[in-house]
Amino acid sequence: MKTFFRLYRTNLFFSLGITVCAAWVLIALFADGISPQDPLAQDIIQRLKQPSAEHWFGTDSLGRDILSRVIVGSKLSIFAGLLTVILATLVGSIYGGIAGYVGGVVDDIMMRLAEMVLAFPALILAMTIGAVLGASLYHTLFALVIVAWPTYARIMRSVVITIKENDYIEAAQAIGASNFRILTREIFPNAMGSILIVATLDIGNQILFFSTLSFLGLGTPPPDPEWGSMISAGMKNFNSWWICTFPGLAILTMAIGANFVGDGVRDMLDPKLRKEFH
Amino acid sequence: MNLTKMLLRRFLYLILLLLGVATCVFFISKMVPGDAIAAYLSPRSLANPDIVNAFKEKWGLNDPIWVQYGRYIFNLMQLDLGTSIRTGNPVMEELIRYFPATLELAFFSILFSSFFGIIFGIISATKRNSLIDQALRALSVTGVSVPSFWFAIIMLYVFYATLGWAPGLGRLNIRTIAPMEVTGSFVLDGLIAGDFDAVKDALAHLILPSIVLGSFTMGLITRTTRSSLLETLSTDYIRTAKAKGLAPSAVIVVHALGNAAIPVLTVIGVGFGNLLGGMVVVEKIFAWPGVGQFAYQSVLGLDFPAIIGVSLLIAVNYAIINLIIDIMYGIIDPRVRESQ
Repeated sequence: MKTFFRLYRTNLFFSLGITVCAAWVLIALFADGISPQDPLAQDIIQRLKQPSAEHWFGTDSLGRDILSRVIVGSKLSIFAGLLTVILATLVGSIYGGIAGYVGGVVDDIMMRLAEMVLAFPALILAMTIGAVLGASLYHTLFALVIVAWPTYARIMRSVVITIKENDYIEAAQAIGASNFRILTREIFPNAMGSILIVATLDIGNQILFFSTLSFLGLGTPPPDPEWGSMISAGMKNFNSWWICTFPGLAILTMAIGANFVGDGVRDMLDPKLRKEFH
Repeated sequence: MNLTKMLLRRFLYLILLLLGVATCVFFISKMVPGDAIAAYLSPRSLANPDIVNAFKEKWGLNDPIWVQYGRYIFNLMQLDLGTSIRTGNPVMEELIRYFPATLELAFFSILFSSFFGIIFGIISATKRNSLIDQALRALSVTGVSVPSFWFAIIMLYVFYATLGWAPGLGRLNIRTIAPMEVTGSFVLDGLIAGDFDAVKDALAHLILPSIVLGSFTMGLITRTTRSSLLETLSTDYIRTAKAKGLAPSAVIVVHALGNAAIPVLTVIGVGFGNLLGGMVVVEKIFAWPGVGQFAYQSVLGLDFPAIIGVSLLIAVNYAIINLIIDIMYGIIDPRVRESQ
């Protein structure tokens, strides 16, 4: 906690990132309350209107208020980014943890399988899964997790292999602790740092990836406001620049915020880098 | 030096990897809920059991799954990627047609991102914690955070639609005649044919998509160059070089850059992999007739032979790039050369 505050005071980017992320989380939490208008309400007479006092971010081709849609859309992006990372971390850590702990042939086979997924071009794999299952939020999340978990498995495995050599693991084995107990009580807690670094850095990526899939028509089906699909709709009204611009800025700021925080967390947790801040 | 052995090992591993990728797609294709053929036949044909049966017979869908899988792998072994269900042409032919455009774009994009990434990284590291360092770091994080599909649209809106500085979509203007095909790269072909107007036009069309596609990689390279150079600059031999009175620029160019290059090379390799994936979005927006567009259309049409073809092509490319980079490690770093 002390390191956190020092980082917050000394690292401009980290404090900026925390502020931006906190702002977005607050916006998402109170989205329905603060959105000035109904994000789904159509008003054909007011369609494709430039930003004005009434519609700060303008309106889209159906006359919907873009500001409201951007605000409500934040819920989905944060939800998708966080959930993907959490699920991928869980699946990947357990998988990689087992592979690293058991070792030998099991390890070999498990890791070759994970590499198979990694060898795949991620976007094409996710698109294919999304297309096969049909466009829906949960199918997209499923596709994102499938693409993301092997990275975590690899990191977890390498961390576990290093930790396994430590004396305290041998001590635990000597006093007769079960493998399950050693994995959950000794190894996982010690490996969390490395995983956390990657996971925080990954949130921004997953938000980007999710919006890319939505842009390509493989995310949530309309009319729910989602930033990627809003931009895709804006492309069809190319000259109404505001339709694309604002959801894009939303994605950009959120991803930058997440990346700044991720960098900060890495600086905080990575002992090799920590000395820079003392 | 045991280069042959390394190449052989790499090759075997690549074959295994490709088998894995192919297997993945095969089983995903069997995950299609309901009847897979519904995507390919019109409702009227679907209502006719004879047509459905003939279709299944034609594509071997009546056989048990293991027979299908075996036949599929057997064909792949003979480099037969099958026929695209959507276009009716052999997948190999389609890939050969689309690949040069993609490769040309990827090349210019990696050129852009490496050039600016390395320069920005060096400036950042040498002027550490200065204002310009902070600005360049912010720029590199923006590079990895910007959604490429949005960036593409904004660039087109600003530089094509509003300012008119950049040409529009595609690889050439409508009035420009494509040079006679030798390599498939319009820039090279134009140079070979001596058609410099075509070269100029092709280059102009490459600028915006290369920047959009390369911004992510540029961010990564800037970061890596910065941190790798900083690490090298804090080593003892650099202190020695400084102590013996070498000019700071000489210290960096002669002593530090080579030693800092390995992580940078690795990231360039990773970046190239990202690039080929990011192609899908950029090619779609810039109407670039490459593999990415082909992949996009194939995925939407659930055209599995084509999806497999594209995936294998990208996996092979990725493997080749990484191999080249590994060999370059050896050239740059004598320690690696020894262990190879």
